[in-house]
Amino acid sequence: MEKRKETAVVYRQQPIADDVYDMWIETSLAREAKAGQFISVFTRDRSSLLPRPISICETDRENERLRIVYRVAGKGTTEFSDYRAGNKIDILGTLGNGFPTEKAAGKRVFLMGGGIGIPPMLQLAKDITENSEVCIILGYRNSQLFLSEDLSQYGTAYISTEDGSVGVRGNVLDVIEKNGLSADIIYACGPLPMLRAIKKYAKTAGIPAYISLEEKMACGVGACLGCVAKTSMVDHHSHVKNSRICTDGPVYLAEDVEI
Amino acid sequence: MKLNTKIKIAGVEFKNPVMTASGTFGSGMEYSEFTDLNRLGAVVTKGVANVPWEGNPTPRVCETYGGMLNAIGLQNPGLDVFIERDIPFLKKFDTKIIVNVCGRSIADYVEVVEGLSDQPVDMLEINVSCPNVSHGGIAFGQNPDCLFEITKEIKAKAKQPIIMKLSPNVTDITEMAKAAEAAGADAISLINTITGMKIDIHRRKFALANRTGGLSGPAIKPVAVRMVYQAANAVKLPIIGMGGIATADDAIEFMLAGATAVAVGMMNFVNPYATGEIVSGIEDYMRRYDIRNISDIIGAVTD
Repeated sequence: MEKRKETAVVYRQQPIADDVYDMWIETSLAREAKAGQFISVFTRDRSSLLPRPISICETDRENERLRIVYRVAGKGTTEFSDYRAGNKIDILGTLGNGFPTEKAAGKRVFLMGGGIGIPPMLQLAKDITENSEVCIILGYRNSQLFLSEDLSQYGTAYISTEDGSVGVRGNVLDVIEKNGLSADIIYACGPLPMLRAIKKYAKTAGIPAYISLEEKMACGVGACLGCVAKTSMVDHHSHVKNSRICTDGPVYLAEDVEI
Repeated sequence: MKLNTKIKIAGVEFKNPVMTASGTFGSGMEYSEFTDLNRLGAVVTKGVANVPWEGNPTPRVCETYGGMLNAIGLQNPGLDVFIERDIPFLKKFDTKIIVNVCGRSIADYVEVVEGLSDQPVDMLEINVSCPNVSHGGIAFGQNPDCLFEITKEIKAKAKQPIIMKLSPNVTDITEMAKAAEAAGADAISLINTITGMKIDIHRRKFALANRTGGLSGPAIKPVAVRMVYQAANAVKLPIIGMGGIATADDAIEFMLAGATAVAVGMMNFVNPYATGEIVSGIEDYMRRYDIRNISDIIGAVTD
């Protein structure tokens, strides 16, 4: 799979929650993009040079479009949120390993997304729904349930909110406990405390959990060694238990990373 | 018009003056998907130590105005893996190989230099200027006496010509250049990154786990050009100039200041095609100004 930097075009964009934007872009990268991979998005502001890594939410291979859903967190993402249909947008991709979807076949699956970790769950759900029994567990801050309708088409959806306004008050692990749910395999993306809790849960339950990590990145292609995750085994690149998230991740088997 | 883009450093001929800055290009593998390595004057590898180094905790990088800070801490697989995996990869291309060497003590550096003596590498770049490791690195590069000593020791053991990579974090760059020259270095490269710091005001925390990091990118270019100019006027050694080079125009500017060759660093992250584009852009400049030999512009700036 070849990586490249190209100028894509914004197809459409809209806000879907406070500070959360939903953007479709037209790019040939859509042909190869896998669930759990990401693209690096460059700003036009030349004082801000490094790209922003953003996970792929959905791919439309036929029309060569990618969907990204991101939270405005600083000046780069603020700039992106102003883009309108027809605007050009420089991207580098497709990056990262993606979720191992083949491992879900014939299994009862938990897809667990927390906050801005929810978007990559959508393409994953679409890819595995046919051959798996999918249980989608989404954790939000409040009643702004972005992407929950999209996701619930592909499995049984449960919701937790921090403020208790919808679903279970608490987090995604509380949903499992309150509803007595179980699964054979987990795929998850979200904040680090959530991923740590999932790693612990998976170990106790004796099931594999594939978790998507994030870290501050520079090159995005495995050259700079800026974004590493501590691994339990020696990594294949530097042989030091520091794996490159951008290239060897962002998806890891939870037991393989020290988080 | 036939363009001659060749340059020579310590008897080694390069097809053009465009190189990669150590640490920004791995051992070439990652960027070979974007850039034809055959087009480059040389690939300068990520620092290699005698044994694997795990580097610093994360976050290791952060963006700054017109640049970035890094504190990777020289994570590398060590000499054995490098020889087994990275050199054979690079040998597949028609480009020169310059290996960046790092260490915590003179003995560490010497071990790497000796280990590379029978390897098909063209030059060695000695990293005595990394600001992000607590032992070695910059400690050797901030004092002219230490720099003299380590240069002399390494030069005595090295089979390939050596380039001393200088730190900008000094009071007078010419003193350091002179020390390297006096100790027998074959060339110098500059500048390594400038020590900096960033604080996240919302979280009230350092942006980097290492607290400080090395600043690189276009933000540092004027400092780098000035130091290359000063060093070029202080010593006779050939200079590989770097620091924020993004375009062929930047590369030409460094050469006019006195650099024989140039290296592209952080801008590889911003434009993975940058090195190849700079090679083409230098040729365009030569045609535009009727320059037959690129070496004619080295140090050609006037008042």
